[in-house]
Amino acid sequence: MRSAAPGRHLAGLAIAALAVASGLAGCSSSGDSTGAGAQASSSQAAGGGAYTIWDPYPQHDKSSDWVKLLESCGTQAGVTVERTAYDTTDLTNKTLLAAQQGNAPDVLIVDNPVVSTLAEAGVLTSTEENKLDTSAVAPNLLAAGQSGGKTYGVPIGANTLALYYNKGVLKKAGVDVASVKDWASLTAALEKVKAAGKKGITFSAIGTEEGSFQFLPWFWGSGAQLTKLDSPEGVSAVALWTDWLKKGYAPNSVINNTQTTSWQEFAGGDFAFAENGTWQLANAEKAGFEYGIIPVPAKDGGTAPAPTGGEFVSIPVQQDTARYAVSQKLVACLTSTDNSLSTTTTLSYIAPTEEVQAKQVEQNAGLKVWVEAVKAAKGRTSDDLGTKYPKISEPMWNAVQAALSGSKSPQQAMAEAQTAAASATQ
Amino acid sequence: MNHVTQAPAPPAAARAPAAGRGRRAMARPPSRQWAAWAFLAPVVVYLAVFYAYPLYRNLDLSLRDYTVRSFVRGDAPFTGTANYAKVVADPTFGPALWHTVVFTVVSLAFQFTIGLALAMFFHRNFRLSATLRALFLVPWLLPLIVSSSTWSWMLNSDSGVVNAVLGAFGAAPVHWLTSPDWSLWSVVIANIWIGIPFNLVVLYSGLQAIDPVIYEAAELDGANGSQRFWRVTFPLLRPVSAITLLLGLVYTLKVFDIIWIMTRGGPSGSSTTFATWSYRLGFGNLLPAFGPGAAVGNLLIVMALVFGLVYIRLQRRQAF
Repeated sequence: MRSAAPGRHLAGLAIAALAVASGLAGCSSSGDSTGAGAQASSSQAAGGGAYTIWDPYPQHDKSSDWVKLLESCGTQAGVTVERTAYDTTDLTNKTLLAAQQGNAPDVLIVDNPVVSTLAEAGVLTSTEENKLDTSAVAPNLLAAGQSGGKTYGVPIGANTLALYYNKGVLKKAGVDVASVKDWASLTAALEKVKAAGKKGITFSAIGTEEGSFQFLPWFWGSGAQLTKLDSPEGVSAVALWTDWLKKGYAPNSVINNTQTTSWQEFAGGDFAFAENGTWQLANAEKAGFEYGIIPVPAKDGGTAPAPTGGEFVSIPVQQDTARYAVSQKLVACLTSTDNSLSTTTTLSYIAPTEEVQAKQVEQNAGLKVWVEAVKAAKGRTSDDLGTKYPKISEPMWNAVQAALSGSKSPQQAMAEAQTAAASATQ
Repeated sequence: MNHVTQAPAPPAAARAPAAGRGRRAMARPPSRQWAAWAFLAPVVVYLAVFYAYPLYRNLDLSLRDYTVRSFVRGDAPFTGTANYAKVVADPTFGPALWHTVVFTVVSLAFQFTIGLALAMFFHRNFRLSATLRALFLVPWLLPLIVSSSTWSWMLNSDSGVVNAVLGAFGAAPVHWLTSPDWSLWSVVIANIWIGIPFNLVVLYSGLQAIDPVIYEAAELDGANGSQRFWRVTFPLLRPVSAITLLLGLVYTLKVFDIIWIMTRGGPSGSSTTFATWSYRLGFGNLLPAFGPGAAVGNLLIVMALVFGLVYIRLQRRQAF
């Protein structure tokens, strides 16, 4: 039982074991697709060859629209597509190992904050090399894939955070959601909700990247910059959350909540507000009460920039650079205006281009608030932070946890986080 | 775990045939030696591939300056003990070491005491004792992710059953998992619960190996209950206790899943041990720090090794 605990060895042993197994991984990626492989060999004879695509969508199987789209893009480019799906966290390690062995996939679809890490590792080609057209993509979304003046892929779609609210709870508390425009009015609303015997707001402040993801709308909404965590604005964002906990507007459990457990609290029906993402829309329909969505308010009104989620389509470095031309066709096909609408609908994302965003709202008016939120959103690795972001994010989530649990004041926690981040990013 | 009463006998008996085998092996013709090596090969290869090589790689990883770039290129520069220096100087090091020690010592003390008490209890073999003993094994049978998740639900500050029970008695809710003062104790409690069955089973089998005649003799000599325990049971159980504690120590040092699932080592590092820290460095961040992660992992291995050597030393002393 506990001998299976990965703790002690994981850091190195797993890497070593994986390194041994990576030869197998290379085999298995072709072995996995034996079904497609049979087709591949027949069309390979017709010319073209097989191109590998890795994505983090294991929930979409071979019969899904997503895989059908991949195959049709392959057909258009005159090649066959061999697709392998990995779990998001697994994909980064698999890609690093594959690049080490020199057998990276032709097309890689990867979570946006990882793009700068992989670019730093020299795994990805820039748009200069692979000739991808990024002109139509919204600049705030594209920024997550840029570092050192180069762009390392195209966003396939975006999602972000907003505030879900429970209409029944707000009505009972006598809160008009239209009055919630800034931090002060939101706090006032929470006070009313608590007075009415209901619970205020739930979010996730867990000690992982997820906690930073959820904290960023408030951090950025205060006007703070990631390069200076202990600015008065940054401290005010931590103080806002800490204050909510002290006054009982938010439950103490937020310190340990993942976004999923936080959603479960909201789905219980007692909470007025929940900070959560586009991906919960389907669950919101099932929650059994009327809900609405507003953007996360900035400190002094307006929409706060929330961090962007969603993947980038990128082309990893190959020894045979002649392959880039076909890979570029595949990526262009996946992200073209015509396909983007179906791709983003399939993956429940907001499209990265304004043209397609407008079409999405046309089809489903409920997406309007998300399109607004995505327009205001910001990549975590943007502002040319790149691989510095993870080194800032960790001290930040630690500081938020320290302040929320009462072990440090918001000022002290953020000052110490800034010292840690500054020494880590030197 | 041989019969304690005959402890001196087996080593002597074991030594004699071993020496005899050695002499005979030398006299064997070479072809038979090849056969011997062929039989030995699978285990040697197995040990080399799955134990020696990963250990070597882990050591190598901890002595080089790995970044994502040098990981992919395989050209990480050798930096000697720089990763270890970095890890030791890290503000997380002190607290993580302390948490590891507290977690291990407190877990072991309670697991052993409760396990021994239960073993004594079940040793009486009353009716239904087999059924009850089987029930006590449940924590051992459950996958760790199930038991840890259940513990984290039970200890939830707002909706957990533990706080609900405390509330029924008028006590204020305790922030088990979200307060820096409590998070370490919460994971210790869960770990004790999970570790009891192991101690129970091993100590129970140890108890059964003690000859009832000795108890009878002690009783005839007028020893009361506590004297029988401290003068007979405890000393005769010592070898079994030692191996139980050593195995428990190795298990507990590297406990990862319970802590990671219940608290992620938080809030703000208040339940971080070397095991969770090592994982966080290597995999818990967008930007992996393989070198320092491997260094922390190696420190854990060394800690386990030291206690293993202490155990062997103690055993030798007992043997002579």
